[in-house]
Amino acid sequence: MADRVQSKGRKQAGAEHALIGIGVLFAVLFVAMTAYIGYYAFRYRKELMGNSYNRKAELLSAEVLRGDILAADGAVLAYSEEAGNGAQKRIYPYGEAFAHAVGYATHDRAGVEALGNYDLLHTGLSLKDRIAFDREGRLFPGNKVMTTLRVDLQLAAYEALGNRNGAILVTNVKTGEIYAMVSGPSFDPGTIEESWELLSADTERGVLVNRATQGLYPAGSTFKVVTALAYLKGHPGDYTAYAYNCYGSFSSAGETVHCYGGMAHGQISLRQAFAVSCNSAFVDLGLKTDAEVLDNTLQQLRFNTTLPCDLNYKSSRTVDPKAATVPERMQLAIGQGETAMSPLHLNMITAAIANKGVLIKPHLIGGIYDAYGALIGETKAENGGRLMDEEEAEIMRSMMREVVVSGTGSGLSGRSYEAAGKTGSAEHAQGGNIVTHAWFTGFAPASDPEICVTIIVEGAGSSSTVAVPIAGILFDRWFQQ
Amino acid sequence: MTLLLTEISKYLITLVMLIYTAECFLILYRAGTERSVRGLCTRQTIFLFALQALFFTQIIAHTGNLRYLAFYVVQLIVLVLTPVLFTKFFPDCSRPIINNMCMLLMIGMTVILRISSAKAVRQMIFVTVSIAIGMLLIYVLRRNGFPRQLWVLYASLGAVALGIVLVLGATVYGSRINYTILGFTFQPSEFVKILFVLFLSGALYQSQTIGRVLLTGLIAAAHVLILVLSRDLGSALIFFVVYICMVFIATGHPGYLIGGILLGVAAAVAAYYLFGHVRSRVLVFLDPWATIDSNGYQIAQSLFSISAGIWLGRGLFLGRPSSIPFVEDDVVFSAIAEELGLIFAMAMLMVCLSTFLLLLQEALQSQDSWCRLLTAGIAVTYLFQVFLTVGGGTKFIPLTGVTLPFVSYGGSSVLSTILMFCLFEGVSRQDHGTREPSWAG
Repeated sequence: MADRVQSKGRKQAGAEHALIGIGVLFAVLFVAMTAYIGYYAFRYRKELMGNSYNRKAELLSAEVLRGDILAADGAVLAYSEEAGNGAQKRIYPYGEAFAHAVGYATHDRAGVEALGNYDLLHTGLSLKDRIAFDREGRLFPGNKVMTTLRVDLQLAAYEALGNRNGAILVTNVKTGEIYAMVSGPSFDPGTIEESWELLSADTERGVLVNRATQGLYPAGSTFKVVTALAYLKGHPGDYTAYAYNCYGSFSSAGETVHCYGGMAHGQISLRQAFAVSCNSAFVDLGLKTDAEVLDNTLQQLRFNTTLPCDLNYKSSRTVDPKAATVPERMQLAIGQGETAMSPLHLNMITAAIANKGVLIKPHLIGGIYDAYGALIGETKAENGGRLMDEEEAEIMRSMMREVVVSGTGSGLSGRSYEAAGKTGSAEHAQGGNIVTHAWFTGFAPASDPEICVTIIVEGAGSSSTVAVPIAGILFDRWFQQ
Repeated sequence: MTLLLTEISKYLITLVMLIYTAECFLILYRAGTERSVRGLCTRQTIFLFALQALFFTQIIAHTGNLRYLAFYVVQLIVLVLTPVLFTKFFPDCSRPIINNMCMLLMIGMTVILRISSAKAVRQMIFVTVSIAIGMLLIYVLRRNGFPRQLWVLYASLGAVALGIVLVLGATVYGSRINYTILGFTFQPSEFVKILFVLFLSGALYQSQTIGRVLLTGLIAAAHVLILVLSRDLGSALIFFVVYICMVFIATGHPGYLIGGILLGVAAAVAAYYLFGHVRSRVLVFLDPWATIDSNGYQIAQSLFSISAGIWLGRGLFLGRPSSIPFVEDDVVFSAIAEELGLIFAMAMLMVCLSTFLLLLQEALQSQDSWCRLLTAGIAVTYLFQVFLTVGGGTKFIPLTGVTLPFVSYGGSSVLSTILMFCLFEGVSRQDHGTREPSWAG
C-alpha cells in the first residue's frame, strides 16, 4: 500500500511538472504574441494608414479637415477648405511646381500626401476644443506636415527643367533633407480629381510617374563613379599607376565601345579618364576589375535591392557581373546595356561620397505640428549605412572635383564655391531612334560638402550644355543665401 | 455631447477592462494560495456589467437608436442568469472561469451586434441555448459520472465524423469543413475536438506505456491527416498540439514534448512541400502585401484594423471592421482592436490566458489523473485555438482560419466551446469534494 502511494506520488509529481511546463510555455508564447500585436500595430500605424488599400482613411476625413503641408520655411504647399456638408476641398497654391513632391490624395496617394497621410488625417486638438468644433459642426483641423522642401530651390529647379521631361533632386548630404524634387512632365494637383482618368491611363508620357524616384534610366557615364569605385577596391595600392592609351574606341569579343564623339584621349590616368569621361579607358578598367569585387561593390551601393528610404521608389538594376559576357561587362562599365538607375539612387550614392562614405537616409518630412503649432513629431538625420570606406570616399571626392576643374564639368568652375560632380550622356533606344539623356550629379563645396544635386534631362543631348548649367543655377541659388 | 460620451467611455472601457484583467490574475494567485476568491469574483461580475453598460452607452449615444436597448436588456438577462443559475445549482463550480466565459461571450455578442444585427440575434440565441445545454450536461455528469473507459468509441466517432466531412462536406473557400443538417451549418471539427480530448484522457490516464502512446499517436495522426486533406489546417494543428501536450502531461516525460515538437516541425516542412494550399498560406504570411489583391487581402485588411484604433480604439460603430472579409468568424479580434482599442484587445487576450491558467490550476489540484488530463487537454485546446486565430489575424503566425472561442460568431463554435467548459465543470469537482465519485470502486 505504501509503495503504491509512493509510486503514485512520483507519477503525480511528473504530471505536475508537465502541467507547470505547459503553462509556462504557453504563457510565454501568448505574452510574446500580445506584445508583438501592440508593437506592430503602433509601430507601423503610419505605413498601414498610407497603404492605398486601406479605406479607413475615409472615416477620418469625415471628421478631420486634412492638415496643411508646409515648406521648410512655413510656406503652405497644400491646405484644405470645408466645402459644406462635411466635404472638403484640397488646394495646392504652387500647382505644378510641387506636384510630384507634395503628391495627391485622391484615387491613389503619392508624395508627401501619401507619406504623411496618417498625420494629416489625425488631429492633435484637445477634447475640449474638439467638443467646441463639433458643436459648431466644423471638422477638426488635422496635424500639419512640415516638409524639408525649400521653395526657392524647388522653384528654381522647376523653372530650370522647364517643359522638358526629366528629374531634379537637391538634398543635404549631412542631414538627408530633400530640398527640391522635380519631375517633368508635371500636372496640376488641384484638378487631379477631374483629370485622373486621363492621367492614369496615359502610360506613354507617364505624367503621374515621379521620375526622380521611380524613373529608371540608363546611367551612362555617371555610372563611372561605380566602375571607378570598384576598380579602387580591387586595386587599393596601385590605382594611381593605372594608365591607358585611348584611340577613341575599345573593342573586345566583337563589341566596340566608342568615346563620346569618337574623341581619342591619348595616354591617360584613372583620374584623367574620369575627368574627361573616357569610355575606352573605363571599359578597360571595368574588364580589369574582378567580377567578384564588382559584384560586391554593386551590392554595397545597393543595386538590385532596396534602398534605405521611405519614398516610393524603383530599385536600380544591373546585369550580374559574375554571369555577364564580355560585351555585357563592357556595357556595364559605362552604365549602358541593362543598367537602369533612378535619379534618387544616384543622388544617394553621390551624397554618400560627399559625406565620407556614409549615407544619410533621404527624407521629405521634417516635422509634424498640431493645430496649436506645437511640434509633435520630428524626423532626425538617420544613418542609412556606409556605402564605401572613408578613404575611398575621399578619393572619389577629389576625382569628382577634377571633373569640374579640368573635365566635362568645367562649366561649374570659376564660381564663388568649389563644385564637384560627374556628367553623363546616356544613350537610350526609343522607337528606333537613339536619344541621349543628359545627366549630372554632384555636390558643393568640394572641401566640405553641403548640398548634392542630381539632374537628368531626357533626350537633351550633351550633359555639359544642358545638365551642368542647371546644376550651376541650383548651386548659385544655395550659396547666394 | 455624443463626442464627449464616446471619448469618456473609451477611457472608462479601457480602465474597467484593465481592472477586470488584473483581478483575473489576482484570483489566480489567491486560488494558488488557497485563499477565498469569492469577494473578487463578485467584484468581477460588477465590472462585467459596468463594461456592458459602457458598451451600450457608446452604441446608443452614437447611433441614437433605442432598438439597441432591447439587445442590452436581453443580453443583461442572459449574463445575470448565467452566474446566478450556475452558483445555485452547482455551488462548487469555478466562478472565475464562469466569469471569464460571460465576459468573452458579452464582448463577442456586442461586437457582432456592431457588425450585423441579424447575426447578433442569432448569436444571442446560440449563446442562450448553448448555456442551457451546457448546464444540463453538468447536471447529468454530476449525477451519473462519465464513461471514461470508452475511449475507442470517442476516437472512432471523431474520426468517422471528420471522414464524412472530407467525403461529403461542402467546400467553403478552399476548405472542406462543414455540412448542413436541417438548415444548420455544422462544423464537426469543433465538436470532434471534445471527443479527441476525451479519447486521449481515457486512453492515457491509466496506461502510459510506449505502446499506448504509439497507439494513441496513430489514431491522432489519422485525425490530423483527415483534417489536412480537408484543408482544415487550423484544426489539424490544434489536434496535433493537444496530442503532444496530453502525452507529455500523462507521462511526465519531457522527451515526448521535445520529440513531438521536432516531429511537428518536420511534418510542417513536409506539408509545405506536399500541399499547395499550405504553401500559399505561408507565402501570404511572409508577404501579404505582394498579393494584397487576392490571397493577402484579408490579412492586410485585418492589419489595417488592428492599427486603426491605436490604444483606445475608434469607439463602437465608429470604425470600419466590416472591411475585413469574414470579420465575425476568423478575425473578430481585429474588429475588437479597431473599435475598442489595442489595450482592450490585449487585455482580452490576457483574460483568455488567465482562463487557461485557471484550468491548469484546477488540473494541478486534481487528485484524479483522468480529470487532470481532461482538464489540461481542454485548457490546451482552448488556448491554442485562441493563439491560432489571433496570431493568424495579426501576422504573428500564418492564418489558418479557426474561430475565437466564445467571441466569434457561429453556433458550432459557441456550442462546442461552452460544452467543453461545462464538461470540465461537470467532472472536475467530484474528486476533491467530500463526496466519493460514483464510479470509484
